[in-house]
Amino acid sequence: MTTFTGTGVLLRFSLRRDRVLIPVWLAVNALMVLSMPNTLRTLYGTAAERADLVSQLQTNASFRALIGPVFDTSLGALTAWRVGVYAAALAAAMSLLIVVRHTRDEEESGRQELVASGMVGRRASLTAALLAAAVANAVLALLITAGLAGQGAPGALSFGLGLAGVGMVFATMAAIVAQLTESARLARGLTAAVLGAAFVLRAAGDSTTNDGSSALTWLSPLGWLENQRSFAHERWWVLALFAAAVAVQAVVAYELAGRRDLGMSFLPTRPGPPTGRLATVGALAWRLQRGSVLGWSIGFFLAGVVYGGLTDGAADLVRDNDNARQIFERMGGRNGLTDAFLASMVDMLGLIASLYIVASVLRLHGEETSGRAEPVLACAVSRLRWAASHLTIAFGGSALIMLLAGLGFAAGYGRQIGPVLGACLLQVTAVWVIGGVTLLLYGLAPRLAPAAWGIAVAVLLLGWIGPALNAPRIVLDLSPFGHLPKLPGGAMEWGPVCALLALAVLLVTGGLAGLRRRDLTT
Amino acid sequence: MTKAITVSGLHKSFGRTHALDGLDLDVETGEVHGFLGPNGAGKSTTIRVLLGLLRADSGAAQVLGRDPWTDAVEAHRRIAYVPGDVTLWRNLSGGEVIDLYGRLRGGLNAGRRADLIDRFELDPTKKGRTYSKGNRQKVALVAAFASDVDLLILDEPTSGLDPLMEEVFQRCVTEERERGRTILLSSHILSEVEELCDRVSIIRKGRTVETGSLADLRHLTRTSVSAELAGPPNGLANLPGVHDLDVRGHRVRLQVDTDQLDAVLRQLSESGVRSLTSTPPTLEELFLRHYQDLDEAAAR
Repeated sequence: MTTFTGTGVLLRFSLRRDRVLIPVWLAVNALMVLSMPNTLRTLYGTAAERADLVSQLQTNASFRALIGPVFDTSLGALTAWRVGVYAAALAAAMSLLIVVRHTRDEEESGRQELVASGMVGRRASLTAALLAAAVANAVLALLITAGLAGQGAPGALSFGLGLAGVGMVFATMAAIVAQLTESARLARGLTAAVLGAAFVLRAAGDSTTNDGSSALTWLSPLGWLENQRSFAHERWWVLALFAAAVAVQAVVAYELAGRRDLGMSFLPTRPGPPTGRLATVGALAWRLQRGSVLGWSIGFFLAGVVYGGLTDGAADLVRDNDNARQIFERMGGRNGLTDAFLASMVDMLGLIASLYIVASVLRLHGEETSGRAEPVLACAVSRLRWAASHLTIAFGGSALIMLLAGLGFAAGYGRQIGPVLGACLLQVTAVWVIGGVTLLLYGLAPRLAPAAWGIAVAVLLLGWIGPALNAPRIVLDLSPFGHLPKLPGGAMEWGPVCALLALAVLLVTGGLAGLRRRDLTT
Repeated sequence: MTKAITVSGLHKSFGRTHALDGLDLDVETGEVHGFLGPNGAGKSTTIRVLLGLLRADSGAAQVLGRDPWTDAVEAHRRIAYVPGDVTLWRNLSGGEVIDLYGRLRGGLNAGRRADLIDRFELDPTKKGRTYSKGNRQKVALVAAFASDVDLLILDEPTSGLDPLMEEVFQRCVTEERERGRTILLSSHILSEVEELCDRVSIIRKGRTVETGSLADLRHLTRTSVSAELAGPPNGLANLPGVHDLDVRGHRVRLQVDTDQLDAVLRQLSESGVRSLTSTPPTLEELFLRHYQDLDEAAAR
């Protein structure tokens, strides 16, 4: 028996467990990338239009920071520019999830102990996890290469390999982090933070130069991807950087794994306080949700700052392009491009805030199904008070993050502060309707509660893609966000806003009545 | 004596399964009441009804003189509950959870809390995700025993504890009784109930099949006797209440209904007893026999 014995069995087992997860990640990523040439062709059909776009992009530092520099006017090069960073981030997220799931998650749950007692070498689990990530990334590279080959085979190959390269860099990074922490959740969080840092480094570098040559950009794997210059005289040698990073990180991960006991880590969990100050369910709910509220708050404020800062540039970009302008106007209203852009960004943040409220309301569901709610409700705590503790954070938190987004716009754009802030707060009524629907599902049919995610995603797609597809009014009206006045720029309409508020109140009341009456699920 | 818990004719169905089928239960104030039954008999369902977590389809229930469904919060001020499978919050330390539960009930006795943590050898600084099953159980037990309440409802509370800790648990239960608290102890670990309980209710398929003190229930049981005699035994087979008689030369093994024990001993001593062992009925046998009889009756 070698230290790798059993790798094959474990790999097949891992791939079987991920038979839904990996295809979904790959499908989403490939769809995003492969649909882009067509979208770009509709928006910028002629070489002249594209040349015009590129010349504007190259002079706008905010766009370079957000998306990266563009190297050529071909559809392929524009595709690589437009989706590169985001497709790479998706590949990285997929890879780090796969690796942590099959390493630290298994150890933390205790399942690894059972596996390791079988005919399995000491390095088999880590190897199988890395191979599972490698398989997923190889399929991604294949899909991208085949799908983009029409734009030029060398460019497609370079871009596909680059995406897979970023994926594997984060797979091996996750393999190192998984040795350091005892908690799988912390391992995922830390690796994701490295991904975030890679984005920031690249963004900082690209905002100062327009050809990706900044040293900061070269420090980031996401920067390597753009520096491959796919579809624009590819620089193949950049791929060697990915190979080297993957090799070095894998060696470090194996070294660390070989020096520790099963279940142990190099950064042991810090002990907590021996006594506690939590005295109410409200304090408990805040303690459980405060990290997520903080994260969303920072994210929404920064998003406001970034979109606010992009507003003028975006309006200029779109002004000369009929198709793009029409899409913005359908999303944000026909009241001048700047207002239309602001309104559509505010709308988009509102749509994303519905994900926050669904997650936050479903904390109730998680507490109940995990069995943690039962002993709490067996104390002198009524169901309504218990539910109210989490709902305050869900509904209050969604108002807070939209307010912070509005303040972010004020900081990033600096004009129209009042109207934009008002527009952000109006979104809250539609967000609350989504929260109300979630609570109603949870109160009446707790088994169906996770379907609220489906509703939130459907509303999100309707709001994002509906206007681009020029969907009929009746379809857009299915979403509560479709009824909001287009602000800033449009006329304020109190009718629909009050109706949404009333609907939210009704849904919450119905949900709470259901929760009070039903059996607790166990 | 007033009753801490009264339940009569409780029915509860989940879809097509009848979890409770006319269950009765009476727990006197100040007693330790054993709540026995095999897995799936409806013990946890009954407890969840008593805590107002489930709503009974029909039947009456009162806990500490209150309706468990409509008046749950007031009743819960005086109740501490330990579930059979304790789940904790990943990021909260054991100490934080103990204090939280105590404050959400009627309050916590700090001295008793420290003493219990010491006796159960619990590290209160560890985070929820790092505790083993037994340690999670200890967190809930310390919180319950240290809480200032009148009624403890313990649902198979020792399932993850090692034998040493089980002993600590048993001493704690005894102390609680001396303090005048009422305890409902659900279990399928029979020796534990035998050791601790004043009275026992046995339930099966959602019904109470027997209730009373252990002495009351012993008439249902048989004592195992094995003896080595000076001469061959005789007349044993004709005695009433003798079962599974096995004679090999001078050796005898038999089971006898406990109320017929005297006659059997007299018959044995006639042949001259060289050695004798008699095993008192365990609750386990009581349990087994009871269900066996019921099943036989049902089969007939």
